[in-house]
Amino acid sequence: MEILYLLIPLSVVLVFLIAVVFWWSLKSGQFEDMEGPAHRLLMDDDRPVPPKDQTHDPVPPSTK
Amino acid sequence: MQSQATYNYKVVRQFAVMTVIWGIVGMLVGVIIAAQLVWPELNVVEWLSYGRLRPLHTNAVIFAFGGCALFASAYYSVQRTCHTPLFAPRLAAFTFWGWQLVIVLAAITLPLGFTQAKEYGELEWPIDILITLVWVSYAVVFFGTIVQRKTSHIYVSNWFFGGFILTVAILHLVESAAIPVTFWPMKSYSAYAGVQDAMVQWWYGHNAVGFFLTAGFLGIMYYFVPKQANRPVYSYRLSVVHFWALIFTYMWAGPHHLHYTALPDWTQSVGMIFSLILLAPSWGGMINGIMTLSGAWHKLRDDPILKFLVTSLSFYGMSTFEGPMMSIKTVNALSHYTDWTIGHVHSGALGWVAMVSIGAIYYMIPRLFGKNEMYSVKLINTHFWISTIGVVLYIASMWIAGVMQGLMWRATNPDGTLTYSFVESVKSTYPFYMIRLLGGVLFLSGMLLMAYNMFKTIAGGKAVDAPVLAPVVGSGVLTPAAAIAHA
Repeated sequence: MEILYLLIPLSVVLVFLIAVVFWWSLKSGQFEDMEGPAHRLLMDDDRPVPPKDQTHDPVPPSTK
Repeated sequence: MQSQATYNYKVVRQFAVMTVIWGIVGMLVGVIIAAQLVWPELNVVEWLSYGRLRPLHTNAVIFAFGGCALFASAYYSVQRTCHTPLFAPRLAAFTFWGWQLVIVLAAITLPLGFTQAKEYGELEWPIDILITLVWVSYAVVFFGTIVQRKTSHIYVSNWFFGGFILTVAILHLVESAAIPVTFWPMKSYSAYAGVQDAMVQWWYGHNAVGFFLTAGFLGIMYYFVPKQANRPVYSYRLSVVHFWALIFTYMWAGPHHLHYTALPDWTQSVGMIFSLILLAPSWGGMINGIMTLSGAWHKLRDDPILKFLVTSLSFYGMSTFEGPMMSIKTVNALSHYTDWTIGHVHSGALGWVAMVSIGAIYYMIPRLFGKNEMYSVKLINTHFWISTIGVVLYIASMWIAGVMQGLMWRATNPDGTLTYSFVESVKSTYPFYMIRLLGGVLFLSGMLLMAYNMFKTIAGGKAVDAPVLAPVVGSGVLTPAAAIAHA
């Protein structure tokens, strides 16, 4: 199974790279706020013609 | 200044429309080969015989239909979440025309019989080089857009798309390594031989399922489910854990495709264990997606796009439970080489991949053409029910056929001889092939409805490029870091 001498080191290198990216995202504050990003996604109004009678309100009144 | 800039919707529109077109083509070829299994006399000429059309079907639905859906949704969501137009718009245009050329070349060369004979990697070496060029351009456009983002946080869907793009690049390079012999007729020999080649093939093959057909479509799920439901994802923390867990553990599930073969026994067991581990992140993600609707279940009553998205997650949950079970050696001894595998693949491919893509395309089309909704919402609902019934017929018939075949092949008489000849199991499968064909025809008809609905929407609207919006600031849920980044 000589092919494993290619595939296993490749996986190890890849896991190492993923760990580096994980370390960067940890240090650069990607995980600081685990609530806001989910809400900010909804604040980006992508409808071409917003209805005139109401303003875009992603958060239902009951949860405010 | 910023209000004048617009998002690059042109390339999204092109990929979105071609998703539907290639979906119809790929599924039509699927229906033809399903019919050939019922009526073998339909194999009229060599170019349209089962052996030539089957790889055309898989390539068309995975890379043409699924690929265009991934390009469209990744380009749409990365611009919107990063609040910046696509990086390198000319390169983005190249990814569209280059990818279409790859698809057309596949549609010509596969029926002619040019193949590397590697599952999902059949295309010959000149096309492989073109794929590499397109894919590197895709990575440059995508990561360039991430780099020039106007928010400090990178939304979770972009992590999934990014992981998918990088991993598929590596998979393609390792799998397609070959020594070219001639340019025309296209011919090459694999860089690996025997069981080494088989190991590379399924290392690639299963990771193609894991990264092309899972990670990429999870990116679609994490953007389009919350947007369509207008609810934040159930647990953003869980979505981040989902990403890192999946990305760290996926790579070694491949050997489960080679149980009871010349592959060393321990390698088979490693593949089985990693496949079982995958159940955890998969179900975490599935629950996260479905629970996004908690408190808003009523929306499922009259929103057929949401029905598509949530049903796709149910099929994702089903097939990611079934997959690890089938990777267990004792289960695999029954299921391997039977139509159960085909049923499992289509539970994932039609139920999860196609339905989540259809939902995302229905979400994007009106927005890309200046409309608030599709031409006919009722028709989306009809499409939803037709395709759901189609998938259920397809997978249920293949489950029954597969288990029946497995039991017939292993049945022995008291004297040790086989109870059934192979052809007896083929004969018993006929009714199930018929039901499968019906399921496929239903799913294809749904796509035709979608195309009609799409062209009517396009005819009634006009192509618009939305203005680039600055990220929202000032809400209580914003962090100081995000506010500073905006300022």
